[in-house]
Amino acid sequence: MLIKINNEDDTRRYGHFLAAELNAGDIVCLVGDLGTGKTTLAKSIAEGLGVQEMIVSPTFNIVKEYHSGRLPLYHFDVYRISDPEELFEIGADDYFFGGGVCIIEWADIIADIIPAGSRLIEISRGDSPEERIYDIGFTE
Amino acid sequence: MKNGEFLTLGIESSCDETSVAIVAQGRRVLSNIISSQIEIHTAYGGVVPEIASRHHLNNINTVIDQALAEAEVKLDDIDLIGVTKGPGLIGALLVGMAAAKSLSFAKDIPIVGVHHLKGHIAANYIAAPELEPPFTAVVVSGGNTDIIDVKDYNDMDLLGVTRDDAAGEAMDKVARVLDLGYPGGPKIDVLAKQGNPHAVEFKRVFLEKGSYDFSFSGLKTGVLNYVNGLRQQGKEINSADIAASFQLAVVEVIVAKAVGAAREYGRRKLALAGGVAANSLLRKMMEEACIDAGIEFYRPEPVLCTDNAAMIACAAYYRYKDGYVDDLSLDAYPVLDF
Repeated sequence: MLIKINNEDDTRRYGHFLAAELNAGDIVCLVGDLGTGKTTLAKSIAEGLGVQEMIVSPTFNIVKEYHSGRLPLYHFDVYRISDPEELFEIGADDYFFGGGVCIIEWADIIADIIPAGSRLIEISRGDSPEERIYDIGFTE
Repeated sequence: MKNGEFLTLGIESSCDETSVAIVAQGRRVLSNIISSQIEIHTAYGGVVPEIASRHHLNNINTVIDQALAEAEVKLDDIDLIGVTKGPGLIGALLVGMAAAKSLSFAKDIPIVGVHHLKGHIAANYIAAPELEPPFTAVVVSGGNTDIIDVKDYNDMDLLGVTRDDAAGEAMDKVARVLDLGYPGGPKIDVLAKQGNPHAVEFKRVFLEKGSYDFSFSGLKTGVLNYVNGLRQQGKEINSADIAASFQLAVVEVIVAKAVGAAREYGRRKLALAGGVAANSLLRKMMEEACIDAGIEFYRPEPVLCTDNAAMIACAAYYRYKDGYVDDLSLDAYPVLDF
């Protein structure tokens, strides 16, 4: 399914909508180039889950945990990972099956280890600088 | 103790570097061994966590031995062990933590866990022996862009943080788009010197009035959009101009907020820290702004700006002096409140 996102307000609305649908154990994969708004969408989903803390880019730390929302949130950014196996060293299994919601930015890098049936949002640029296209589906 | 001096052994392993230092009386560095892994990482275009963690494990004992040898002290001379407890990469942190706890247990030496960010601030105590709180601290690195009001050695308030990307992270990502290689910050710094910083007026994001928070994600996207636009139109990309314009946009915001915080809190001293403190434009503009505002400016030499164990030893020393001490239940935390 394709959704056109006109601006950051749309991103927020979509993030809130998605957050309301999420259950414990869900994994949301965000795929898209630098600057397409993966972290912005992750922030909106977190907001929708009721997370109180500030959501910042987890690029440096690979994963950040938040426990103040309706469900625990594990926010990954695997931009700096070169081999999917490396994620297991930081306990990816515990997060994937940890009773919370995982949001994984750059999930295409670790596609091999993402459980099948995870939510997948592929983000591409639209016609205007603010516009984005979300291609929404599930991983195989 | 050796020659009547209190000796702290510091261990830092939160990201790329395995580092061990011996510091006398909290501020005098006897050794500060940093096993830089930059060469290993360059092939991958970024820090590779698993490789980092494996290398920490390979390095740690050698680095401890070197630090003791260079300081010409023995383990039995050490009075305190300071170790980074977070935030950072958990696999990397755990290596330093396990080493620190083993030494503490085997030699019955007190141990103190240190917040990585507070270590960066303490680097200034080493660089400037006369520096005492209170002052305003600004920590700019790959993982942080923070302004801290340092009221006392162990009493400080976090005034502002980045709401999305850290300044160093934005620099790394922009460098990647401009094909400059890793580490991106120093490459941008060098290239920017050949460019016109006013070639492109990228938007400065100051957020709401009175806020000391930062946001660099929009600026990063602005640069990417600009570069993509030029590519689509088949136009030439002047990387030096873009690097210079982007760098100025980052630095202007950091300087304005940092000096604003020092003014609002009535601090007469401002100390810069973190890896991006080595950026030449940030150093120059911060220094000029401080002179204009009548504020004394402090900045450690580059070796103390990057992740190193001397700063951790220093921070641990001042925690211990104020009565803080941990035990072997001390743990490492990838996410850790200030």
